[in-house]
Amino acid sequence: MSAPAPYLTVRNLTKHFAPTAFSRGPVVKALQDISFDIPRGQVVGLVGESGSGKTTVGRSVLRLIEPTSGEIRFDGKDIVKLGAGDLRRQRRNMQYIFQDPFASLSPRMTIGQILTEGLDIQRIGNRAERRARAEKALAAVELPVDAYHRYAHEFSGGQRQRIGIARALTLEPEFIVADEPVSALDVSIQAQVINLLRDLQLRLGLTMLFISHDLAVVEYICDTVIVLYLGRIMEIAPAASLYARPQHPYTQALLSAIPSPDPAKRSKRQILKGDIPSPANPPSGCVFRTRCPYAIEACAGVVPELRETEAGHLKACIRDDIPA
Amino acid sequence: MEAPILQIAGLRAVFRIAGRDIAAVQDIDLEIGSGETVALVGESGSGKSVTSLSIMGLLAKKIGHIAKGRISIRRRDGSVTELTGLDAEQLRRVRGNDIGMVFQEPMTSLNPVYTIGEQIAEPIRIHLGKSHRAAAAEAVRLLTQVGIPDPARRAKQYPHELSGGMRQRATIAMALACNPTLLIADEPTTALDVTIQAQILDLLADLQAERGMGVLFVTHNLGVVAEIADRVAVMYAGRIVETGLVSEVFARPRHPYTMGLMRSVPRLGQATALKAAGTPLPTIAGNVPSLAMLPKGCSFAPRCPMAIDACRAAVPPLFQVSQTQASRCIRWEEL
Repeated sequence: MSAPAPYLTVRNLTKHFAPTAFSRGPVVKALQDISFDIPRGQVVGLVGESGSGKTTVGRSVLRLIEPTSGEIRFDGKDIVKLGAGDLRRQRRNMQYIFQDPFASLSPRMTIGQILTEGLDIQRIGNRAERRARAEKALAAVELPVDAYHRYAHEFSGGQRQRIGIARALTLEPEFIVADEPVSALDVSIQAQVINLLRDLQLRLGLTMLFISHDLAVVEYICDTVIVLYLGRIMEIAPAASLYARPQHPYTQALLSAIPSPDPAKRSKRQILKGDIPSPANPPSGCVFRTRCPYAIEACAGVVPELRETEAGHLKACIRDDIPA
Repeated sequence: MEAPILQIAGLRAVFRIAGRDIAAVQDIDLEIGSGETVALVGESGSGKSVTSLSIMGLLAKKIGHIAKGRISIRRRDGSVTELTGLDAEQLRRVRGNDIGMVFQEPMTSLNPVYTIGEQIAEPIRIHLGKSHRAAAAEAVRLLTQVGIPDPARRAKQYPHELSGGMRQRATIAMALACNPTLLIADEPTTALDVTIQAQILDLLADLQAERGMGVLFVTHNLGVVAEIADRVAVMYAGRIVETGLVSEVFARPRHPYTMGLMRSVPRLGQATALKAAGTPLPTIAGNVPSLAMLPKGCSFAPRCPMAIDACRAAVPPLFQVSQTQASRCIRWEEL
């Protein structure tokens, strides 16, 4: 399979949060040297625990926050250097789906107003056309057309998340960042929403960055998975390869920590010791070494490069003798 | 025979909404023996937290109350106390002494202006009548027991100085301070990262084995149930729809809701095969019904692939499947 040309290219993305007039303390190194590609029409999963920087990546690629350094290119165009007007025009192609379907929909706007707001801002179409687009988006997420005149509180969590997805679709974007879109939902509803996203993604040829803290959730929807820890990439691999042969000790531990709904598999887990260190003061060398069962002295000395161990499968670990 | 640590019979708790009493839970029967962990599992609105709040006497007085049923616990001295008849002061005494509680969000269950040590020592002074000094020493000992490194220093710190996992360990230490016979853990790992969740589950299992407490573990996560519980009660729309040993319910669920829920849980490695085959993930159709507008008969019938007319006629009783397993489905034998 020949790889299509990348739609999104991220190179050496770094984000440091400096203390402001209202906060004291050291610089928080949220992201360090993040590089990855998303080919057009593919879904890349970004997985990590709290403080790993996954949301910071998602917000940076849409320039909802300003990266400290690095390149973010859409279709070859570096958006880090765009001015406000150009950026707004570019954003038409880029949308964001939020985690919390309760906080992300205004309680005082009708669903119709929520769905057409982006079109208003982008000055797309006349009133009738905007409404038609909104109704089309409602149909795409399998909600009744009469939702248009109702308010967010009249809907359940799963339905609200569908509204959030519909809002992202009205602008007919090419690229969507979905930030933990199913984490707030019940398990029976989670699967419905993932199926919907997968279906839309295939049908509309969307390119997507799918952020989650849960490796089990991204498996179905992602072509490639990136595992982040403390602002650095630990492993990148095609989904099938990552789940079958995780190579980085952190990925292995993360997979092992997911409680299996099979009582027979109890207590075969590998439990990581200790806490995630503070991103204000990350360990030297490999950031994972303080919790890594395979850490050796050399791990403190160098930041491990991402290197390819099999086709498309990269890990940032200096050891080659980690048991599978 | 020794009385169970916790016994709930025919519990019905209602909320008064717009002048109408709406049952948040009903027909709840549940027992927990000493040394036993029972998981109460369900999705949002299923009534699992209302059940645990009812036991603790923590239903918001203005809108909710227990309308029917009995809740009794066996206390440390072996006496059995019926909780539903107690006044606030008596209830407070039972809660501090015999029931320990751990909640989902450790930051909101800890007081930000007291040190960790002070908060753990407080119930020891109040309920066990120990001196300040003895209680402070006991607090440090408890922090050691819940796996907090450098406990003497941590005892002097405030909640914001601890990580989420450490805070949850501290609330567990607080819950255990008076050596309760029953520990109620309401989604204690839901707010934690998965590697920290694994640590806390391990800790709870160890502490329970050591102390022989009964544990009621409320969760929405079937993986966590499989990991920690001996028995499970599955709730849907305010009722227990299936109950049994974890081993038997997971091996062969006898209620279509339990089955649907188990199929919906993403299992590692499985999704790749489904994706390759172009098959969607298994789901349960529709949404959880509103408690104010429950359908007639079985509450799950509108979403159930096996529903027949008889399901919509009357609420099914719990059918005994085995000595230990029961299902609220009239077609359980066909599953």
